Amino acid sequence: MEAAATRKKSTAKPAKLGRDVQARLGQQLRSMYDEVVNQGVPDRFEDLLNRLDNNGSKDGH
Amino acid sequence: MPMDESVRKAVLGAVPSLRAFAISLCGNVDRADDLVQETLLRALANIDSFQPGTNMSAWLFTILRNHFRSEYRKRRREVEDSDGHYAETLKSQPEQYGQVEYREFREALSQLPQDQREALILVGASGFSYEEAANICGCAVGTIKSRVNRARTRLAELMHVNSAEDFGPDETVRAVLASGE
Repeated sequence: MEAAATRKKSTAKPAKLGRDVQARLGQQLRSMYDEVVNQGVPDRFEDLLNRLDNNGSKDGH
Repeated sequence: MPMDESVRKAVLGAVPSLRAFAISLCGNVDRADDLVQETLLRALANIDSFQPGTNMSAWLFTILRNHFRSEYRKRRREVEDSDGHYAETLKSQPEQYGQVEYREFREALSQLPQDQREALILVGASGFSYEEAANICGCAVGTIKSRVNRARTRLAELMHVNSAEDFGPDETVRAVLASGE
């Protein structure tokens, strides 16, 4: 068949994104996201939950 | 009533990805952290409406997303800080790893329509299934799929990418060497 023709490099505008492009975009997206995830839990949120918890305990006793 | 230890753990465990989601929605770290804080307060005030055994993280994402949506409508006319604060938190990003490409990517992402951006992030970064993302956004699974596809296509257009070789100088050099040009 025309295997050689299909290997021709991206001269035509692709109707669908190639897997390689999708993979690379996905990688970028995750690296951006994980940069924030890897910052962990900032103190303000631990403090917030502690405060809420203490208020709750006082009310309960 | 003291907070249930398992609730506390699940809520805190979700904070890092809630922040990442919030930052990618509003592009501003301070606002994102306020958004996460308001989300936690709302969630804990309504903890009785959480169904044990279901996905706590997805529940929190839904609250955050809805809250952002209502805030966003209010502040629509404010200029979004899509670059400044975000760039600041990301200073630790290693310099050698495609800095320009990374910057271009963030800029392209911030130009996506809201619907497409959140769908792409939920599925592509937060790791939710299409079904979970559809629940979080309150729409059909097919809608999420088409938003994700459109988001990817638009991102590639914005970044002028046709093939993986269009990314970054390293790849270009390698491609040139490989093709003998």
